[in-house]
Order: sequence, then C-alpha cells, then structure tokens
Amino acid sequence: MDVYLPRTLPEALELKARHPEAMPIAGGTDVMVDINFDRHRPTALIDLTRIPELAVWRREDGHIFLGAGVTYTRIMQELPGLRAWFQAARTVGSPQIRNRATVGGNLGTASPAGDALPVIAAHDGEVIMISARGERSLAWHEFLVGVKRNALHPDELIAGVRWRTVRGPGSFSKIGTRNAMVISMAGLCLLLDEEARAVRVALGSVAPTIVRAAEAEAFAAAEIARAGAWDDPKATLSEGTLAEFGERVTGAAKPIDDIRGTARYRRHACVVLGRRALAWALADRRG
Amino acid sequence: MRVRVRVNGEWREADPWEGTSLLSMLRDELGLPGSKNACEQGECGSCSVWLDGELVCSCLVLAAQADDRDVRTVEGLAGDGGLHPVQEAFLEAGAVQCGFCTPGLIVAVTDLLAQDPSPSEAMVREALSGNLCRCTGYQKILDAVRLAAERMAPR
Repeated sequence: MDVYLPRTLPEALELKARHPEAMPIAGGTDVMVDINFDRHRPTALIDLTRIPELAVWRREDGHIFLGAGVTYTRIMQELPGLRAWFQAARTVGSPQIRNRATVGGNLGTASPAGDALPVIAAHDGEVIMISARGERSLAWHEFLVGVKRNALHPDELIAGVRWRTVRGPGSFSKIGTRNAMVISMAGLCLLLDEEARAVRVALGSVAPTIVRAAEAEAFAAAEIARAGAWDDPKATLSEGTLAEFGERVTGAAKPIDDIRGTARYRRHACVVLGRRALAWALADRRG
Repeated sequence: MRVRVRVNGEWREADPWEGTSLLSMLRDELGLPGSKNACEQGECGSCSVWLDGELVCSCLVLAAQADDRDVRTVEGLAGDGGLHPVQEAFLEAGAVQCGFCTPGLIVAVTDLLAQDPSPSEAMVREALSGNLCRCTGYQKILDAVRLAAERMAPR
C-alpha cells in the first residue's frame, strides 16, 4: 500500500490523476473501518487532511460553499445559524467522530444513511468536483446515483458542496435506537423557503438514495398559502393537515427491511418525522 | 513507512505498515498500551487520544496522518505530582470495574472539562456518548465526572 501526503490542492490533484485507484482519506471514519477489518485494502491512500482549500467554508454571492474537509464539529461551532446543518452535524456519531468526520466523507461514501445528505438535498445543493482537468458540478441527485455509488470520476476529488442561501426555519431529525452513535433508520430535513413560498423535504435511509418528497412539498406550500400563513406567521395549520402532510411525506419513501429496521417501521417514522418537522417550522415562524 | 510524531511532548519515530492505525502504532511500535484496542470502528472510544489537541478515536486515524503532528495519550496525563485529578476522581468514585474503558473515558472526561469546567448532566452524557463501558458502570463514571469537576473548579 502506498500512502501519499500532499500539502497543496494541485499536488493532490496531480497524485489523483497519476493514481486514480488511490482512495482519498480525510477523517477516516469510513475508510479506516474497512482497512482495520480488512474488508477493503486500497492499493494506495491519499491523505486530504493537510489541504487548506478543502477545509474552508464561505459565503459567496447569495450562496454558501462548504468544503469537503470541514468536520461536523466545525459545522456546529462555525455555522450554528444554519439550524438544519447544526442539528444534522450534532447527530453524527460522537464527539470523537464529529472531530474527524467530514461532509466530503458522507458524499464520497454515498450511503443513504449519511446524515448530511438529506440536508444537502433539501438545500438543492450542488456537489463540486475537482481534478487536474478542471472543475465541474452536479446537482445532488445527479451525484448520488445509488446505494454507496456516486458520479465521481476516478481522477476527481470532492471539493465541497454549494447551495443558494435559504431564508426561513428548518430542521433535521432522525430515528435510531440511541440518541448518539447510531446509523439513522430514517432521517428527514425540512426547510421553509420564505422567498419562494416553498416547503422542501428530503428523506434519508428510506430509499436507495436520498429522496425529495415533492408531492408533500407542494401540498404543504398550498396549505400554508390557503391558511394565509406565508403572510401571517401566527396563522396555523390544523392537526389533520399536519397528519396528512406526514402521510404524503412517507409516500416518497421506498424503504426496505434490513438489520436496523423494517420497511413498515420506516414508513411510520417518515409520517411522524414529517408531521413534527412541519409543526416545528411553523412554530419557529410564530417566534 | 517512516512516521515522525510528537507523543506526550517527545518526538518519536516508527516504521509501521502503511495501513496501520495511529492506535496500533502507539501500542505496538511506540510502547504506549494505555489506549485500548476494542472495536476498531470508532464505536467504543477506548482508544481516545488527542490529535493536535482534538479528541479522536486513534483507531480511525491512519498512522501516517499523524506524521509531523502532536499526539497526547492517557500516559501523558499523570505528572511528577501524581495522578491527574480526573484519574483521582475515577479511583475515588469507584468508576473503574474491569478497567478496559477507563483510559478512553479519562481522556474524554479531561477533554470535556477543559472545554466546559461545569457541564450539566445532559452535556456530560452527550460528551461521553462515544465511550462504551461493557460493565455498564455508567453511574459511578458520572459520579467521577462530577467529583473531578468540583476538584478542578477554580476557587
């Protein structure tokens, strides 16, 4: 096994072009497990933890760019105003894991249970990929193509993710057997986009990839409009409407039975998560 | 591959297999068996150390990633003056049963109290959520955290 320790982005891209089979490693919270258990022994590793360009986030032109190397601890410390991001980051693993694990790792592993992924999807995030040939970007749903499969080319690295700033309340919530150190059985990110008067809902762990609940989104936006709540935050939706929203959210799920839970339970979890998330968002607007 | 790392204030060198974790290098190459090897997947926290001041599972750090960096292990806590106050508190509170999780918990508790000298019970539980005690001796461990926090509080 060869290990490369590049110190600059150009050096890393040149290495990836010359050794496309090399596995990138940052926090190691996925890669090292495979190596420790000898499940997968890459022929080469490229350490990305010394590359400053990957470990930054910035606001640019009404957008936010979040570098692939930013850890979940840093998201909690530096971006507490992004509520859904903060909540998702806080549910990742434990303090030890959050100090190392990165957004790039969730994108690279492309597991439907990656906690950052529903948040990226709800923000309509685009994934920025970079290689010695240049830079390109794909919408999140073009990047995440299947269970643990993404559209990254062998000579590319994930630079980060970028999205247009969303004004309005939002949340991330997930179901698991513990409050920490748990791989999600169902996860949900909901955002109210006040400018577009839209509701956005993304689900994790209940389909081969992250899914958006488009039909439920349209229903919620119309119901909020009908109640006059876009203009008057004090206006409320009935319990029945919230419950129907939950039912429509779960309509987007295509869950399976697996070691963590049954498809039936996951469908139920989506109903509850959806209903609660919309109620929380409306309560946040009431202040 | 050759790795040069500052461990507990002293520059050390080792020549581990390229896929070796920081944990295995500490235990097998550098003679520091305090950090324990249990799950090798970041679930149990028994291998907790500081890497450049950050609490991490050393089983999930590639040894080469620690090259030219600073590592502090549980062995670095006790000084000439005796045990660290967190270690003393674990002994006094009876927070040690089989002892296997103890080094990782001592490191995690020390990290917590450095960031938050008087944490609430909820904060303690969240901070220690990545450390498992298979003896399930959590109550005494929580007692030890409270005791250590009291002892370490500035007067």
